[in-house]
Amino acid sequence: MSTIVLLTMTGLGLGALYFLVASGLSLIFGLMDVLNFAHGALLSIGAYGTWWAASGRLPGAGPGGWGFALAVLFGTAVGTLAAVVLELAVVRPLYTRPREQVLATVGVGLAVPALLSGVWGSDARTFPGPEALSGTFALLGADVPVNRLVLVAAAVVVLVALRLFLGRTRHGLVVRAGVEDRAMVTALGIDVRKAFTLVFAIGGCAAALGGALGGLYFGSVDPRQGTSLLIFAFVVVVTGGMGSVTGAAVAAVVIGLVQQFANYYTAAGLGDLAVVVLLAALLLVRPRGLTGRLA
Amino acid sequence: MTASPLLAVRDLRVLIGGRHILHGVDLDVAPQGVTALLGRNGAGKTTTVRGVLGLVPRTGSVLLDGEETVGLPTHTLVRRGIGYAPEDRGIFAGLTVAENLRLAERRGADGPAYGLVHELFPELKRREKQSAGTLSGGQQQMVAIGRTLLNGNRLIIADEPTKGLAPKVVTEVAQVLERAAEAVPVLLVEQNLAVVRRLARHCVVLADGRTAHQGEADGLLGDAEATRRLLGVGRGPLAPFTAEADS
Repeated sequence: MSTIVLLTMTGLGLGALYFLVASGLSLIFGLMDVLNFAHGALLSIGAYGTWWAASGRLPGAGPGGWGFALAVLFGTAVGTLAAVVLELAVVRPLYTRPREQVLATVGVGLAVPALLSGVWGSDARTFPGPEALSGTFALLGADVPVNRLVLVAAAVVVLVALRLFLGRTRHGLVVRAGVEDRAMVTALGIDVRKAFTLVFAIGGCAAALGGALGGLYFGSVDPRQGTSLLIFAFVVVVTGGMGSVTGAAVAAVVIGLVQQFANYYTAAGLGDLAVVVLLAALLLVRPRGLTGRLA
Repeated sequence: MTASPLLAVRDLRVLIGGRHILHGVDLDVAPQGVTALLGRNGAGKTTTVRGVLGLVPRTGSVLLDGEETVGLPTHTLVRRGIGYAPEDRGIFAGLTVAENLRLAERRGADGPAYGLVHELFPELKRREKQSAGTLSGGQQQMVAIGRTLLNGNRLIIADEPTKGLAPKVVTEVAQVLERAAEAVPVLLVEQNLAVVRRLARHCVVLADGRTAHQGEADGLLGDAEATRRLLGVGRGPLAPFTAEADS
């Protein structure tokens, strides 16, 4: 029983991490038809930004208490800023050239890990975090790491915030409409490019937060972390339905759990295969994913 | 047309995917009433409208109240006072009726004219929480036209607003456009010539992506030979529009 509880909580933590990356990816694709292969790089930037700040390099930040909260805030802000720069400088000039746009995001997705390796080395760095978050808590006989709970809580907060944004604000309304028919939004007198930048900022913020908290989950940061998580985030986006935040949340949970259980009960590595098989089976039955709708 | 046109289109050309769709359209929209844009299927009517709005890449000149608009992004041009009801109605199926209307709100001195929209289409008020994707074609057209009436626009462009609608709804839509045209000039793309006869004072006919005729609507529709030659319909003068005749 304790194994199942531990696997479930670990799967949920992993699913939460996938959701933080996939939610922005899904919105960006849904609204802009942009396959952002640089999204994993935003996670890495968030992770390294947090690691850098929490290692004592940012005044006021540190590995414990409010200092760590400030480090997470810093990492998330840097990731958000990077997302805005990415949209304005790389994606926007290529809106009419989708193939070049994909290639450019692939390029950024490769360049950022290389840059991080160049500056801080290619080896994993130990991630400093508060002691309270590095311990465990007892749940139905299992000792569950606290950081799993932190990731799940962060993902729930992001999901609720995104749903409120999409459902209750005018910008959210523009994003939902833009996912359906971007040209018509423009024809109503709305500058949809502002929504593009906003969605990139939101996506970058969630991914960078994922990177910051992912450091707690993995216990370290390394330049390739974002890229490897991006693959599963794409699986989550397709499974949940392009443009659907709620679909991404459900898919992230399912994929996180399937991966964990398959890895434990079969052989290490088979969890990744199980996820791909699950995706293929789902697409045969429901080609638009679980929802195919936004939020 | 004696008064200066509200919208003056000159030598409008559109090239999509290496194919010339418009070869130089000239078109004037009168400062009052309805100007009809006519032509056979594939003549370039919808592309002309989309070209005017900058929804497709275009060259030429499009003057709105004497100001050049080619080069402006679509949203900027629309904010200068254009309401657009597209051929496919442009409804956001996943949004409610109220959200579809709210999306069209623009900042203006008088605020959005929900009173007018709900007076003309009381059904939209009753169905404001309903998902727009579940509305009938006629109700969706009401949303599309309602959006054009929400702001104090200088021009309304309606692309085939009666297409695919039941005769009773065609009458209703024609009445609304007639009333709207009392306050705002309308550029109406329409295949239903009975509606054109009822509403339009001026007309422009396109053929093969070029302007084939501009003039008084009555003059064209009363000339059986010109109607047959330019529009490919009818053997005699068209009957006046009535709900009974249309149904």
